[in-house]
Amino acid sequence: MPLPAPNELIDRLAEQIRPTLTPDCALIGIHTGGVWVMEELARRLGGELPCGSLDIAFYRDDFSRIGLHPVVKPSHIGFDIEGRRLLLVDDVLYTGRTVRAAMNQLFDYGRPAAIRLAVLVDRGGRELPICPDFSGYKFDLADDRHLSLTRDAAGALGFVQGAA
Amino acid sequence: MSPNIQLNEDGSLRHLLSLDGLPARILTQILDTADGFLSVTEQEVKKVPLLRGKAIFNLFFEPSTRTRTTFEIAAKRLSADVVNLNISASSQSKGETLLDTVANLSAMHADMFIVRHSSAGAAHLIARNVADHIRVMNAGDGRHAHPTQGLLDMFTIRHFKGGFHNLRIAIVGDILHSRVARSQINALTTLGCPELRVVAPKTLLPHDVEGMGVHVHHRLEDGIKDVDVVMMLRLQNERMQGALLPSPQEYFKYWGLTPDKLKLAKPDAIVMHPGPMNRGVEIDSDVADGKQSVILPQVTYGIAVRMAVMSILAGN
Repeated sequence: MPLPAPNELIDRLAEQIRPTLTPDCALIGIHTGGVWVMEELARRLGGELPCGSLDIAFYRDDFSRIGLHPVVKPSHIGFDIEGRRLLLVDDVLYTGRTVRAAMNQLFDYGRPAAIRLAVLVDRGGRELPICPDFSGYKFDLADDRHLSLTRDAAGALGFVQGAA
Repeated sequence: MSPNIQLNEDGSLRHLLSLDGLPARILTQILDTADGFLSVTEQEVKKVPLLRGKAIFNLFFEPSTRTRTTFEIAAKRLSADVVNLNISASSQSKGETLLDTVANLSAMHADMFIVRHSSAGAAHLIARNVADHIRVMNAGDGRHAHPTQGLLDMFTIRHFKGGFHNLRIAIVGDILHSRVARSQINALTTLGCPELRVVAPKTLLPHDVEGMGVHVHHRLEDGIKDVDVVMMLRLQNERMQGALLPSPQEYFKYWGLTPDKLKLAKPDAIVMHPGPMNRGVEIDSDVADGKQSVILPQVTYGIAVRMAVMSILAGN
């Protein structure tokens, strides 16, 4: 089914988030799609928010079944998260396992004052008690379908759907 | 079983025994993964839960504090349970064979063996005789191979020089007895280094060195001229006992890397050493502590590289 353009959804997200921002907020994007969304959000929200990125490969719960993810990117949070209000950003929310892994990893960086979750698309299908605070678009997608965010060489975002 | 005991049927890495015969894609996968592990030191809790519940045995049949420690730290940062066994001091002296030792430890539910041994091929022998789920890493076997050292050297070069394709690299010192040099030559050849030189007195070069695809130099001044990377090797003191070399002073005079000689290399050349260094024998302190030295970063990267190999093996 056709989805709204990613940029339109990011505009919506930014409008939802803007009134809730406080000076102690920071953005954390989850590699790879979540980092793209975070960068776009940061631009729309004024660009002065501290930004960090997480690759959750070392915190996944399926390592013993499928091994290490073939492409691991460095995580980087260049500020102290202790006592900060973090906004965790991802592209597509599905089972919730990625968010679980990201929260575990964040706590290895310190103790944030709060973590909220913003996702571009919530496709349903949760397997853990995780619920986004902000979502650009919500719909139910069957388990045998795959949905992900892509970015082309020019930096334009798009959705790719197909068989899982 | 795959013809290369190091690889699974699907071409993924099963054991790490030698860099000889490993394709560039696997070397690059290890280096890329190590980049990810380097950032773990940014965390307040410098640990990830990846190998929780796995038992890793450090089997050191040859004494080594430094190397064993870096493997131990790597395993602990992955949350594995680590057991250190200094075997020369225990069962082997009571007559237990290598494979008996390994069988006993396997019965204690080992998941991985890190093996250092004075005999070439010891890690291969163990890898051929362990149960399917057990992984083996070679931490140095005789004069044969020291693959994680070779990999951490590649990581260091890539980190400071961005790649391998435009580099002129010199390996200097006791090539003959060095398992490190062999692993470095294998990896640099696979990763496409266009000009690799070995620089050593004739008595410290293997007779088949020309066949390894390297340029041979017998004078330090010629060997390091215009290079991007100088990889020094440790001169093992025990070699001095034989007739291979005159004296440490004499060696330093001709083969020691001093600030003046280093000026022959490119101005931005980096200097590497696998440690432990013999200051005043193969390397001058002013070079070892100088701004071109990347010897301490090598140690830091060594932990990330060992974490990468352990987690790739455990996951395949």
